[in-house]
Amino acid sequence: MKQVFSRPNSLRDVPFHFCPGCHHGVVHRLVADALDHFQLREKTIGVAGVGCSVFVYEYFNIDVAEAPHGRAPAVATGLKRALRDRIIFTYQGDGDLASIGMSEIVHTANRGENITVIFVNNTVYGMTGGQMAPTTLLGQQTTTSPYGRDFLQDGYPIRMAEMLATLEGVSLSARVALNNAANVLRAKKIVRQAFEMQMKDMGFTFVEFLSSCPTNWGMSAIKANERVEKELIPYFPLGVFKERKESDVL
Amino acid sequence: MENRLFMKGNEALAMAAIKAGCRFYFGYPITPQNDIPEYFSKHMPRAEGCFIQAESEVASINMLLGASAAGARAMTSSSSPGISLMQEGISYLAGSELPGVIVNINRSGPGLGGITASQGDYFQATRGGGHGDYRTIVLAPYSVQEMHDLTMLAFDLADRYRNPVLILGDAFLGQMQETMIDRPYQPLELPPKDWVLSGAMGRKPRLIKSLYLKEGEMERHNWKLFEKYQKMKKEEVRYDPFLTEDAQLIVVAFGTAARVSKTAIRQARAGGLKVGMLRPITLFPFPEAVLNELSKRTPKFLSIEMNTGQMVEDVKLSVSRNADVEFYGHPPGSPPTPEELLQAIQKAY
Repeated sequence: MKQVFSRPNSLRDVPFHFCPGCHHGVVHRLVADALDHFQLREKTIGVAGVGCSVFVYEYFNIDVAEAPHGRAPAVATGLKRALRDRIIFTYQGDGDLASIGMSEIVHTANRGENITVIFVNNTVYGMTGGQMAPTTLLGQQTTTSPYGRDFLQDGYPIRMAEMLATLEGVSLSARVALNNAANVLRAKKIVRQAFEMQMKDMGFTFVEFLSSCPTNWGMSAIKANERVEKELIPYFPLGVFKERKESDVL
Repeated sequence: MENRLFMKGNEALAMAAIKAGCRFYFGYPITPQNDIPEYFSKHMPRAEGCFIQAESEVASINMLLGASAAGARAMTSSSSPGISLMQEGISYLAGSELPGVIVNINRSGPGLGGITASQGDYFQATRGGGHGDYRTIVLAPYSVQEMHDLTMLAFDLADRYRNPVLILGDAFLGQMQETMIDRPYQPLELPPKDWVLSGAMGRKPRLIKSLYLKEGEMERHNWKLFEKYQKMKKEEVRYDPFLTEDAQLIVVAFGTAARVSKTAIRQARAGGLKVGMLRPITLFPFPEAVLNELSKRTPKFLSIEMNTGQMVEDVKLSVSRNADVEFYGHPPGSPPTPEELLQAIQKAY
């Protein structure tokens, strides 16, 4: 019998702790798939953000450094400058990357550091119990926006992929979703592309995942998936916002 | 023949770092330490090293964390307000047991303060500085020569203990120029770096972290760090005694305050007063035992500091109960003068 599907070698054989319906497990799998595909497991170092993301070291079968909240891109910069022939990626949530770590992500992108950033945008602070994030949608109720996010009080949700695409140093900036099989396959392709570009020393690559958080959204997994389609994608459109070709870089 | 150089403190420090094998410097401009990043920006490319002007001190210290996790010798430098911003990262370095050298060319505070020399950061430097139960080794140079020599030592101590090491200078030490001997780097015996992240090639994956959530893990980790700090206290205390043998009064001072005190003590001696000085070179670990020993035959101690009283607490904790500890402070703005310190000595004597 021919085996057509298995756990990637870059993931450990342990159960995920993530809540039912959470997309983190799928993001993990897609990153691991790319590392396997290019045989990068033994030359990759992951940098874990703070939040639900921090546990990448429990699941990835690779070297991992844990960064202070928001600082993963700075830690990754130090690692990559010291180990230029290794593959470095950060794995960060929306509070980590787009709020407390906004300065680090923007400047690391602007320097064109040759790293890959995996950004999981689920519009809430997941681990701390569902507080408002910089990507929380207008009107969305969270534990710290109980009346719904109001732009007069809290400003607007930030579109990171579009914002980073404006920076000269960025080589790839894309947004993907995981709410159906077609989107997962598109995401898989983009993640592979990001790591391939890093292998070719093409500079900073950024993939934003729209992710569900059924627990903190107070929804079933299926309803949460529907929310990604109905509410998230209209505000955070999917697509590639910046893509440099090899000839642009050299 | 030994090579003598006429150098500025900040530049001697940066030169020594490169001699000690530091190839990664990350920093953000702030007065009065700008000579350090400027030196590295010029010399790191020549040494095939890496200089990054980071977007903030927060980023600097975390770049250092990343390079250190990769096994590289890395450093950053700043001055007081910038060092405050680095405290988060220093705490993570200590918790993750990563080496690193952090230079504080102490300016005055609190707040934006001023750019003149101060010793106002003594508490911050010696008490850990950031959150959590940790310590850093703190080296306090008092000459351009020591800005150079202690920097080379700092890298070795950081690697020996897998712990951040602070160099606490000040604006005078950083900016003054004097003659120094261009000593070669002679490394201490160091443990192998069998913990660095390099990609799990043919080995089990490694993890560098400071998060401990499982039952009992955090307590064990804190006790493990404690053992390390105890070992530092046992093996790394450094100090410089000056005319202490027959002293009836011992001045305790570090850095620039010690430099000026030395002149005042010579003047006091010329006037017949039996005064000496104990200059801590490591502020942590503090020379507790030697001060305690001295207090058995010397009745009086005078802590002279460029602040309103910080190290004096450690002096009081160190000396025997019946010894008398006094304090003379000269907060930042102008340097203390020998005449002023002589008066303070005469008054305390």
